[in-house]
Amino acid sequence: MVDEPSLVSVSSSVSPVLPSDLLVATGLCKSFGGIRAVDHADIRVVRGSITGLIGPNGAGKTTLFNLLCNFLTPDQGRVIFDGAPISHLPPHQVALQGLLRTFQVPRVLSRLSVLENMLLAAPLQTGEKLWNIWLQPLRIRQEEQELRQRAWAILESVGLAAKANDYAGALSGGQRKLLEMARVMMHRPRMVLLDEPAAGVNPTLINQICEHIVRWNQEGVTFLIIEHNMDVVMSLCQHIWVLAEGRNLVDGPPSEVQTNPEVLRAYLGQ
Amino acid sequence: MVGYLISLGIFTATFALFSLGLNLHWGYTGLINFGHVGFLAIGSYTTILLGIAGVPLFFAVLAGVVLAMGLSFLMGIATLRLREDYLAIVTIGMAEIVRLIALNEDWLTRGGRGVYGFPLPFAHFNPNVPTKLGMIALFWGVVGVAAWQWWHWLERQYGRSRPPWLLPGYTALLVAGTLSLWAALLPLSLGGGIATFPFVLTLVTLGGAIALMSHYCRPEKAAVLAIALNTLAAALVGLVVKALTLGLWDFSYRAGLLWLLILVLALGVWQLERLIHSPWGRVLKAIREDEEVAKALGKNVFAYKMQSLLLGGAIAAVAGSFYAWQLTFINPDGFVSLITFQAWTIVVLGGAGNNMGTLLGAALFWAYTALTRFIPLDGGRLEALRMMLIGLVLILLMMWRPQGILGKKEELSLGR
Ligand SMILES: Nc1ncnc2c1ncn2[C@@H]1O[C@H](COP(=O)(O)OP(=O)(O)O)[C@@H](O)[C@H]1O
Ligand SMILES: [Mg+2]
Repeated sequence: MVDEPSLVSVSSSVSPVLPSDLLVATGLCKSFGGIRAVDHADIRVVRGSITGLIGPNGAGKTTLFNLLCNFLTPDQGRVIFDGAPISHLPPHQVALQGLLRTFQVPRVLSRLSVLENMLLAAPLQTGEKLWNIWLQPLRIRQEEQELRQRAWAILESVGLAAKANDYAGALSGGQRKLLEMARVMMHRPRMVLLDEPAAGVNPTLINQICEHIVRWNQEGVTFLIIEHNMDVVMSLCQHIWVLAEGRNLVDGPPSEVQTNPEVLRAYLGQ
Repeated sequence: MVGYLISLGIFTATFALFSLGLNLHWGYTGLINFGHVGFLAIGSYTTILLGIAGVPLFFAVLAGVVLAMGLSFLMGIATLRLREDYLAIVTIGMAEIVRLIALNEDWLTRGGRGVYGFPLPFAHFNPNVPTKLGMIALFWGVVGVAAWQWWHWLERQYGRSRPPWLLPGYTALLVAGTLSLWAALLPLSLGGGIATFPFVLTLVTLGGAIALMSHYCRPEKAAVLAIALNTLAAALVGLVVKALTLGLWDFSYRAGLLWLLILVLALGVWQLERLIHSPWGRVLKAIREDEEVAKALGKNVFAYKMQSLLLGGAIAAVAGSFYAWQLTFINPDGFVSLITFQAWTIVVLGGAGNNMGTLLGAALFWAYTALTRFIPLDGGRLEALRMMLIGLVLILLMMWRPQGILGKKEELSLGR
């Protein structure tokens, strides 16, 4: 099927890494037992872009996300973030580099309040170091105050401020998605991987979520988004990568990917 | 009476301290530790063996703490990166190994014959009147602060509309209840029965206190239960406060020990509360809930779990020193896994992830132990019955109030 001429490039390789690339992954592989979930997959995300990652269910998209931020160790391949390899870093270090991710099924900390969920996300807080609790109590208090303000501002911007003191576990599914995104923004990320941000969310909220993503993108955050809702993908993304059975199928601008026969074939499962 | 209450107080406070360590592990971090008694044993043996060797007691305790932390560190290195059940298994093994070493390494621990005659704090301490008064004042200071905190907490939890006389009224009834309970129990301690009139007075006053508080609280059965248990625990603490005050005046070594223990416990609770409400504690709670989230947000989960493990182990080691000093004789039988499960009972009873709950759990657990002593059965059977009853209580608790006495119901019903 690779022989078939197509409008968009068949991505056999994404190298070389250009200065405009924020994230480049080459030749990523991951097997679970006998299943090759991700099979020599490449991806390239340009700085400041909103990039889409689509593919039928079980294509390996979530697994690819896990490989990108080292939640899973790749069998092969490497990931370069902002010009430096990150494949050897533990997941929390990847996050501290500014590469954040959300989960397909939103994971909020139910028994913490919405506000605490937000506060938790701020990176490298003074008070996270045990000894600072005794050495720098004043600085911690001051920092908490600032974080609180920032958390409130973000919660207000996504319309969760009224819920700030509720348990996060009391939120609806859509609100959890919102909180998860807001929480990631609290970290001041450079790039965010969103795993199906619009799945199982009502249409009104989908529109809101899209608006938030565009707003954050304008503030300088790069996005890579897995999404099945084609309206969302087509309206948000400047570039789309298609994955099928763990391999790159095609990539290109939305208009081209949408009409690509191979993509249609993969989705229709022939 | 004074001696008995002081002993009871020491046991309660020791187990409270011990269980606070477990609460940090399990209640706040979600670490499953089934070998907590191992840290207790290390603290005990290190303290007394170094004490015998002539090391000043403060440094002997410190050495026990360091050793317990070293051992936690090794266990943490081995298991904290793996699934959580590995820690559970390794802690069980560690506790047994520590006990078996104590049993078999005769040259070091005198094996099953046990160790006695070790140096004790305050053993040769003969305070003059100003010193005694100072000690009593310090103790009352701690009690005052604790009571004030407790009252505020009770009010925050259960109070709704509060008339200004509620606090003085409740306090007065509580004090009256405590004093009449003392009068009721006094003949019992001298070999007689319970004095009837003071006992009735106790029931009336404490019942009145509970009714008074409940009346101004959320009309909720669970709240009434919690208030009742709190009131009961407060009355028991009141007994110990009176006993310790008298004990410090006619200074005895055990009174000194309890005095020291209460200062340590107060310091421990205060600092733990501070930690738990800090950003550090927030990360612990996040790890307890979902460590993947903590990781995804850039927290070094392994390091936090390790710190929690070390700190909880250190607390247990300090409790171990007091455990040995209270018993004045220790042998490996004092460190069987039953002790670990008593700590679990205390933590679960009060509500995991709640330091106040752990304190309440310890008080209730030892009140229970003290009361069941009067059941007319021989030692073995009594022990078995006690275990059965506490098991039953835990089962009932899990059925009706799985979050523990002080736990928040909302937290349980939250889906993920
Ligand atoms: N932890 C795992 N263990 C075994 N198989 C897995 C695991 N995670 C994913 N898979 C398998 O890998 C394939 C890709 O899954 P996934 O990445 O979740 O797909 P997508 O997100 O594109 O729907 C599927 O066949 C799935 O069953
Ligand atoms: Mg998926």
